Amino acid sequence: MMGFTEDQIHRYARHLVLREIGGVGQRKLLDARVLIVGAGGLGCPAALYLAAAGAGRISIADHDAVAVENLQRQILYGSADVGRPKAETAAAALRRNNPDVIVEPLAVRVTAAGARALVKGRSLVVEGTDDPETKFAVNDACVAEGVPFVIGGVVRWSGQLMAVLPGKTACYRCVFENPPVTPAETCEAAGVLGPAAGAVGTLMAVEACKILLGKGEPLAGRMRVIDFLAGTSRDIAWKRRPGCPACGAAK
Amino acid sequence: MKVRVLFFASVADAAGTRSLDAELGNRATVADLRRKLEKDRPRLAGRLGKCAAAVNTVVVSPARALADGDEVAFLPPVSGGAE
Repeated sequence: MMGFTEDQIHRYARHLVLREIGGVGQRKLLDARVLIVGAGGLGCPAALYLAAAGAGRISIADHDAVAVENLQRQILYGSADVGRPKAETAAAALRRNNPDVIVEPLAVRVTAAGARALVKGRSLVVEGTDDPETKFAVNDACVAEGVPFVIGGVVRWSGQLMAVLPGKTACYRCVFENPPVTPAETCEAAGVLGPAAGAVGTLMAVEACKILLGKGEPLAGRMRVIDFLAGTSRDIAWKRRPGCPACGAAK
Repeated sequence: MKVRVLFFASVADAAGTRSLDAELGNRATVADLRRKLEKDRPRLAGRLGKCAAAVNTVVVSPARALADGDEVAFLPPVSGGAE
């Protein structure tokens, strides 16, 4: 069946019976080249679900080491991992979940200078860092290279996520023009509910699967804003901004 | 005219509320509303300018004119995740 191994047929059985996936879709997932930027509260669940789903090649970028304060929400790590590099440790956890997936740890901070080379040739990028500069760098690089991406954030009890289909839907810079001059509120200072990060990261993985499969209505051209404390969510539509420095000139 | 204002994430905390109604003069813009809110609620000062503003769930520019009954949402960029 479509060149699947016996193990794959069993491992992905619940995907193979889904009308929107089946053999064709699972092959798309297995052929995908995904970059995950940030192996933190969002990147951990997103990466784990994408690995489990059989997203065939996953690169995971993070320059940090695991801190004990991370363990409350960064679920790829345990107490024994404190002090270890996140990218390597996350990669080992993903391989443990699914040896079928080729995982590449990247111990780098993604900056404007290096982002374009990192995103080039990817099927999709997942951006889940807490660094506004990285968010804009990933946006600009993905728009320039035409790579779709899912971007998200979470702090306290609030989360937001959206997908960008370069050249078709509004990019992150169409809404937030520039990184804030003063730092955005961080989880370190403001706190964050662990499962809220898990929920947003998991929703990012759902959107990633939809885009890789080419199925459904991607959460693009609109941002989902979730208030977990109030139990409400809301979609805010974004149009492409004429003259957007990132995507305004994209063909 | 009267508009409904919604705050999200950190600006809801700074505003002390998730929503309120604001009275504005005719021909007021999103920027006018922002100035009024920052004046009425000093803890919002300097914050709303960093937010995306959406009128009736569509993101707009600060120069956008408002109409009676509009719903205006202020959405700050939320990062978080890794650190």
